[in-house]
Amino acid sequence: MKSALASQSNATADSGRIAARFASLKARQQSGLVTFITAGDPDLEICTKLLAGLPKAGADIIELGMPFSDPMADGPSIQSANLRAFKAGVKLSKVLDLVRGFRERDKDTPLVLMGYYNPVYVYGVEKFVRDAKGVGVDGIIIVDTPPEEDAEICQPSLNQGLNFIRLITPTTDAKRLPAVLHNASGFLYYVSITGTTGSKSAGAEPVRAALAELRRHTSLPIAVGFGITTPDQAKTMAQTSDAVVVGSAIVNRIASNLDGQGHAKVGLVEDVLGFVESLAKAAHNR
Amino acid sequence: MQNNARKQNSFRSGPDEAGHFGIYGGRFVAETLMPLVLAVEKAYNEAKADPKFQEELDYYLKHYVGRPSPLFYAQRLTEKLGGAKIYFKRDELNHTGAHKINHCMGQILLAKRMGKTRIIAETGAGQHGVATATVAALFNLPCVVYMGEVDIERQKPNVFRMKLLGAEVRPVTSGSRSLKDAMNGALRDWVGNVEDTFYIIGTVGGPHPYPAMVRDFQSIIGREVRQQILEAEKRLPDSLVACVGGGSNAMGLFYDFLDEPNITMHAVEAAGHGIDTGLHAAALTGGTAGILHGMRSYFLQDDDGQIQEAHSISAGLDYPGVGPEHAWLKETKRVNYVSATDEEALAAFQSCSKLEGIIPALEPSHALAFVMKIAPSLPKTHLMVVNICGRGDKDIFTVAEKLGVKL
Repeated sequence: MKSALASQSNATADSGRIAARFASLKARQQSGLVTFITAGDPDLEICTKLLAGLPKAGADIIELGMPFSDPMADGPSIQSANLRAFKAGVKLSKVLDLVRGFRERDKDTPLVLMGYYNPVYVYGVEKFVRDAKGVGVDGIIIVDTPPEEDAEICQPSLNQGLNFIRLITPTTDAKRLPAVLHNASGFLYYVSITGTTGSKSAGAEPVRAALAELRRHTSLPIAVGFGITTPDQAKTMAQTSDAVVVGSAIVNRIASNLDGQGHAKVGLVEDVLGFVESLAKAAHNR
Repeated sequence: MQNNARKQNSFRSGPDEAGHFGIYGGRFVAETLMPLVLAVEKAYNEAKADPKFQEELDYYLKHYVGRPSPLFYAQRLTEKLGGAKIYFKRDELNHTGAHKINHCMGQILLAKRMGKTRIIAETGAGQHGVATATVAALFNLPCVVYMGEVDIERQKPNVFRMKLLGAEVRPVTSGSRSLKDAMNGALRDWVGNVEDTFYIIGTVGGPHPYPAMVRDFQSIIGREVRQQILEAEKRLPDSLVACVGGGSNAMGLFYDFLDEPNITMHAVEAAGHGIDTGLHAAALTGGTAGILHGMRSYFLQDDDGQIQEAHSISAGLDYPGVGPEHAWLKETKRVNYVSATDEEALAAFQSCSKLEGIIPALEPSHALAFVMKIAPSLPKTHLMVVNICGRGDKDIFTVAEKLGVKL
């Protein structure tokens, strides 16, 4: 708390990292890479190293998952990552500590928190958005608050200067789109499939068409996620989007570097960051 | 007279248009599901206004489910306790042996009306799963039931029943592997099958319109009680008692009477090993406000907002949350929320079997345990109705084990 408040003035001065990042990607005519990992997966020490290494590996935006006991929109990979994080003792306050540590060394890479509403609600919404901003978070994504229910967290976030990033899905119809776009900021997260994270992969054509339609209604950058698992898929989706999000595939890479007891094997960080590098190359050189 | 009072200050007017009972309820679902939830709401509102829908529902409730269920004067229990005059609302006599079929019938008729061709459900004790598999068989729709691995183990007869009825039972291995995780499993399925699938939720929970819709389908219990007790006693009861897990049978019994100021209502949660042990399933007595499974309500959770496992001898009450209307009825103090332990329920289970020749499910045994506590101190003129919402055949293995009997 103490250091959260102490760093608040700095963080406020750095707001707009997301916009700055998309502007520089645009200037280079590149699509960006958004990498998802769960905070504290597989443990706090390794996660700290992963976070620190992601920007150099090519991650343009870091999405950090806040663990939840009942992640209803997530498939088995991220469910397991949540369990590993709990085993490592992660609580919401530790997630914020991780961000603080990251931000002390990296002033430029945007970082967004993604999670479910209940832990934030129990932490206290006002306190959460204040503390998140204080440690250097740039935006939040709450999976289970659709626009119809999110006034109580969207407005406090915006008041703090935190971007409130909304999800748009293939089921979002024209009637609801204005409500979803209203107050959305930072970027839009287009969920390319109807399914949980990592459950299937979308075809390029339906996504291209959906994004073309979306762009008629918004000038916000659009990131495409859910079901992008390989550099090839990242490259394909990068052709129509401002950024691609990869989550389950990175998390799987972490899992594949654990021993029978769930401890990190030697070389986990290098292997995961190497994979991120290949994804970044594909996204950037679309 | 009553009607005027009701309009001025009613407990029956919720939820509001967005599905809120006070601050509880709502639609806390992922964007993918939001349009589906809105479609269910629209279809339900249209069905409610369509006399043909009600006619069809009434037909099946009468000729297939076997409604109305009797209201039975439990004379031996009454005499043994020596106080209040106790009536049993016998919803355990419904087809499939519990009240769950009431809302399953309503929901599957709605699914058909919406042109859905695949049914999913979650189940804890297996009663809602069996009821869903039953109506899915009746209307020839494929059905997948999500059930926690732990529950599959302790409710084997119901698992086999579902399979006989043609349903696929999918074990859920995540989390605590019981009812809450089964609901996560069903929600994940729904997110992945948005075109053809209807989710038949098994309690007055989930996102709007489910809490209101399931309550409406269950409220036939209370409407029948009103008519039956007026016939038997020429007056309304003084108190109502029902068990609460998610809260569907309690809402079913209470709803029609919420605006009768002279009727006291007791809802009995599962206290497991005791509220102070932390090993219980009493979300309202021992939980706090939170958001899960599409609703804001009360949940068992830690100070980090992580949902905790519930503990109850009764799989049907073994859920760490409760329907949002109950959260509201607790806050407005309209309903008295109490609890009964595993041991108390087990004792009531045995007493009821021997005294009345009715083997109740472990779920309503919690309600009976509370009845046994308060009935003796009430006057003989006090009329009490307790909802026997399920029969106990499914529980004989659990009970035998607890009693140290080898079957």
